[in-house]
Amino acid sequence: MADLRAILEKLSNEVGPSGREKAIRALIKAEIAELADRVEVDALGNLLAFKAGDGPEPRLKLMVSAHMDEIGFMVLHIEKSGLVRFGRVGGLDGRMLLSKRVVIGDDKTPGIIGLKPHHLTSDDEDERVPDIDDLAIDLGAEDDKAAGAKVKVGDYGTYATRFTALSDDPAWPTVRGKAFDDRAGCTALIGLLAQRYPVDLYAVFTVQEEVGLRGARVAGYRVAPDAAIALEGTVCDDTPKAPDEDVSPVTQLGAGPAVTLMDRSLVSHPGMVRLLQETAAAEGIAIQYKQPALGGTDSGAIHLTRAGVPAVTVAIPCRYIHSPASILNLNDLTDTVKLVAAALQRVTREDVVRSA
Amino acid sequence: MLELAKRLTEAFGVSGFEEEIRAVIRAEIAGTVDDIKVDALGNLVAFRRGTGDGKRVMLAAHMDQIGLMVTHIDEKGYLRFAPVGGIFPLTCWGKQVHFMDGTVGTVGLDGRAKRSEAPELKDMFIDVGATSRAEVKQKVGDVATFIYPFVAQGNAWFASNHDDRIGCIVLAQLLRELKGAAITHDVYAVFTTQEEVGLRGATTSAYAIEPEIGIALDVTLTGDLPYATPAMEVAMGKGVAIKVQDGGMISHTGLNRLLIAAAEAAGIPYQREVLLRGTTDARSIQTTHAGVPATCLSIPSRHVHTPSQLVDRRDVEGAIALLKVFLGGAIRL
Repeated sequence: MADLRAILEKLSNEVGPSGREKAIRALIKAEIAELADRVEVDALGNLLAFKAGDGPEPRLKLMVSAHMDEIGFMVLHIEKSGLVRFGRVGGLDGRMLLSKRVVIGDDKTPGIIGLKPHHLTSDDEDERVPDIDDLAIDLGAEDDKAAGAKVKVGDYGTYATRFTALSDDPAWPTVRGKAFDDRAGCTALIGLLAQRYPVDLYAVFTVQEEVGLRGARVAGYRVAPDAAIALEGTVCDDTPKAPDEDVSPVTQLGAGPAVTLMDRSLVSHPGMVRLLQETAAAEGIAIQYKQPALGGTDSGAIHLTRAGVPAVTVAIPCRYIHSPASILNLNDLTDTVKLVAAALQRVTREDVVRSA
Repeated sequence: MLELAKRLTEAFGVSGFEEEIRAVIRAEIAGTVDDIKVDALGNLVAFRRGTGDGKRVMLAAHMDQIGLMVTHIDEKGYLRFAPVGGIFPLTCWGKQVHFMDGTVGTVGLDGRAKRSEAPELKDMFIDVGATSRAEVKQKVGDVATFIYPFVAQGNAWFASNHDDRIGCIVLAQLLRELKGAAITHDVYAVFTTQEEVGLRGATTSAYAIEPEIGIALDVTLTGDLPYATPAMEVAMGKGVAIKVQDGGMISHTGLNRLLIAAAEAAGIPYQREVLLRGTTDARSIQTTHAGVPATCLSIPSRHVHTPSQLVDRRDVEGAIALLKVFLGGAIRL
């Protein structure tokens, strides 16, 4: 299998908030150049890689997608002082902004989201999370002119987190980085392109998922697949719980690929769920189910295109998702590639139809 | 029609899990249509050919009903759940639910919830009578719903899921009554899926059919309850409701004019419906492709989205009669 950790590192470190996927797209395009039969970019910026199947015709057409975009922010205004006001792109969590290092624009201009020193805050202020409207990014610039030479209104930015390996234990290999949602999915999708399958594969790296599944909607329409699988980085809540709390985690780190049964955007196709269950059993891959009813993914948009598409989502659990630094277990990533690759080898027309 | 109503309202079918109700409906309409198929989202699409002089008309009634999905099974064997569609927490405590395999459960309220206040779903659980996790057959992702026996009492019909089995009953009965009769228009009778979670089945089936006319058959709320808020004109037993607008759609005025003219000519009681909340499959039919003239014929129903819903037999019969008259005539918009 490809060196997934090395690919994830490159993808995680690259910048690509929703609507500004140029750099991350170029990076992925280079990674898959030798793996796909044909690559194209559509009007919204989705990267569509086609890999013909080697099975007998007529072949099923499978769309496997992962979104390139990440949450971030946009420059709204530059103050006289040179401080940069900014707004959200996607689900940026206000609790996590304080004193974080960021990069802005194509030149990756560094800055920091400033916060009043502890010495100057009242007790009352101490207990509140400042509103994003009251925060500003400091580029270390002298004034608006100097700041304006570095960044412009409308420029995009992200957290500046660099990828780090935390554990090399083969039984529990963990890494930390930003944008694992959904660079983990993109990494898995690149890993899938290493093989050829009996079915025709459209590997689609989508745009603007974090602002409303926008790229997937038009890509699904264009590809018109027989079935679709979205690959995601998903919520993992291994955070401390009250001792008497008997509740299911959304997903657990290291417990394998997380299969979606139902979320806010999709009720997964029963045949596709069964395909994944049977594949996991046959391959000896442990899977888990994402706690139902939470979140939404590109599958939600894809399954409603044209006359409807059987769809399911498989996700890699990521702790502290939508934060500056997520943690994932590389075994979950590797097993996601194994599971979906084996499913693409097994899938038949019976899996994608419904019983009468 | 009573037997049909009983069979359709007592079949299992939660959004995304419509296998049983689909099979029941399929059996009920067997032999009444020229073609029947199931699409990717599980819609049951029945086609009845017209004389060739008419339009392509899509009639849609959704098979799914709201329900509960298991999210966690605790050590004691209690099942936590998430809503599938618009479940009112107020309606859950103490109710009996059924799983697809027939397993029965009672919705319990845990010790965190104050009995004097409206509970939240997170404080509830399904009790299947187990004494430990090991005894529970259910798995995370299994769905349950409220199913109670159908009761006809005078003109009132009681069921746990008139939303929208009553639409399915109207559509199935219509197909039966049209059997052997010549109809002008090509009719696509679509029993849709996943309406309660976002009009999903209608979205994809309408795309495939590309109808020239779309009519959803669904329930509507009524203004005949004590202290009805907001005010609403529609009342149970006063006739089929022709939707003017709801929270998600403004009906095609020309289409409504034709339906009203047809109702008046045939002496079929009708009501004009303005619903401030909610919407129906007609919304997704209306906005497919380059747009489709669409409306909704509603059966006034009391206690929608609770486990005991009422409709009036006369409104149901009126809806069927109106559709027969409408499909027999020309549609010029």
